[in-house]
Amino acid sequence: MVLGIKEENSIVKSIHTAIKPSADVAKKVVYDTRNLNLWYGDHHGLKDINLSIYENEVTAIIGPSGCGKSTYLKTLNRMVELVPSVRTSGEIVYRERNILDKSYTVEELRTRVGMVFQKPNPFPKSIYDNIAYGPRIHGIKNKKILDEIVEKSLRGAAIWDEVKDRLNQNAYGLSGGQQQRICIARCLAIEPDVILMDEPTSALDPISTLKVEELVQELKKDYSIIIVTHNMQQAARISDRTAFFLSGEVVEYDKTDVIFQTPADQRTEDYISGRFG
Amino acid sequence: MRYIDDTVVMKRMTKRITFNKVWKSLFFLATTFALVTLAILLYRIITQGFDYLTIDFLTNFASRFADKAGVKAALIGSLWLMAVVAPVSIIIGVGTAIYLEEYAKKNRLNDFIRMNISNLAGVPSIVFGLLGLTIFVRMLGLGKSVLAAGLTMSLLILPVIIVAAQEAIRAVPNEQREASYGMGATKWQTILHVVLPAAIPGILTGSILAMSRAIGETAPLVVIGIPVILQFLPNGLLSQFTALPMQIYDWAKRPQEAFQYVAAAGILVLMTVLLLMNSIAIFIRNKFQKRY
Repeated sequence: MVLGIKEENSIVKSIHTAIKPSADVAKKVVYDTRNLNLWYGDHHGLKDINLSIYENEVTAIIGPSGCGKSTYLKTLNRMVELVPSVRTSGEIVYRERNILDKSYTVEELRTRVGMVFQKPNPFPKSIYDNIAYGPRIHGIKNKKILDEIVEKSLRGAAIWDEVKDRLNQNAYGLSGGQQQRICIARCLAIEPDVILMDEPTSALDPISTLKVEELVQELKKDYSIIIVTHNMQQAARISDRTAFFLSGEVVEYDKTDVIFQTPADQRTEDYISGRFG
Repeated sequence: MRYIDDTVVMKRMTKRITFNKVWKSLFFLATTFALVTLAILLYRIITQGFDYLTIDFLTNFASRFADKAGVKAALIGSLWLMAVVAPVSIIIGVGTAIYLEEYAKKNRLNDFIRMNISNLAGVPSIVFGLLGLTIFVRMLGLGKSVLAAGLTMSLLILPVIIVAAQEAIRAVPNEQREASYGMGATKWQTILHVVLPAAIPGILTGSILAMSRAIGETAPLVVIGIPVILQFLPNGLLSQFTALPMQIYDWAKRPQEAFQYVAAAGILVLMTVLLLMNSIAIFIRNKFQKRY
């Protein structure tokens, strides 16, 4: 079913549709990436990316350092634009609209697409103010509504019971794992459609990692999740689909069990069996 | 075959350790020199000025007679000066720093501007005095007023405040901005709610230190031509005034010996104000600095 990437790319280029591995007709596409190219100055960071990301799934992006996986993730909410020398071409269609089009404001996009970062980055404010930050910047002032959002988000991130008695304390007093779940809760508070996670457990201990992984499984019922990870076991454990990136290209993209059990490309096999990267 | 010969190493060892001690003593001497000079200076000023430092000294106007001379007009004048300098320099300085750090694109023109702001901080204060005299006193016709002197002083310390504020803003980790942008916040919301709260301790510390420079600065006031013997307090921004360093300068150059002591007492008042401002700066830095 899965073609070698070279042939597939050439087909894709001509017909302008993305790779749809083992296509389930029932699943809705959230993100459709078409011929995406990205340059950092002269460096060609992403090369002809074609990917379809499905609703209510966990999509893992794996690959060695510098392969472009984080860059791709940050293109999905246009966070890459914070780097001044970035240029892109191609399309990323999110819910029928091309987000790379300048008429799509980043503020609107990022309200629908939340992000969790590699290092827990709560604000040096109270736990409550951290969670209420998103709703507040979008104009919600009503204390009662904010209270409800805070509780719902903290429950959603499975941390309510741990912090409900100290909502007014500084979020920096929490452990790293708790801080990361606060960041997930903060992201849920803007009621996003998609959650992007950039190696969310790489700074956490194994127990906290497990909690975040369980949480991801829980969250995919309501959100579409795209997670970049260095940890192949993690990708195998929690994702439905996996994309393998190498030197700015998608080598292979398929259902996770296919990628990990019967990869079509030799390079994928080498990578997942630990021969490089 | 070993490349390192133990006997040579041991022979050099004593020499290396001696050198280490020599350098340590040299650096210690350098520090001592500065401290001893400061101590002598303080001792002289305190022994000379302390007897003149009375309540009357603080509440009297300037006088031809040393024992009736007071610092009231100068002290209040300096406070008026600060009342102009603080808002003008902080608002413009922080605004500039925010623009340069958060909004301005990284290109050659902006790099050039950034570099030259640092250079401006090194321009002699008398040059700023001439600029103030030309623009504020004459061209804008503000006269030798609190406003003209305050604007001149603001120009003088503006580069220092901009650089301090830039550094404070730059010290806010980028992850904090990303977290805010990631939720759909605009640049301004991110600056207002994330960057500024974290940068304000640094900005205030830098601003207060810059202002303590302004309060002790004399040259621009001399150039503008601020009067020294005033028998009234300023009653508005366009009013004439005098300032502490100006008053001290005037007393110090008088021939009567008694006025030397009056000048020393004036210096004590000025130094108290300076110490007070610097303590506030240190207090703010220690109390509110956020750690990530």
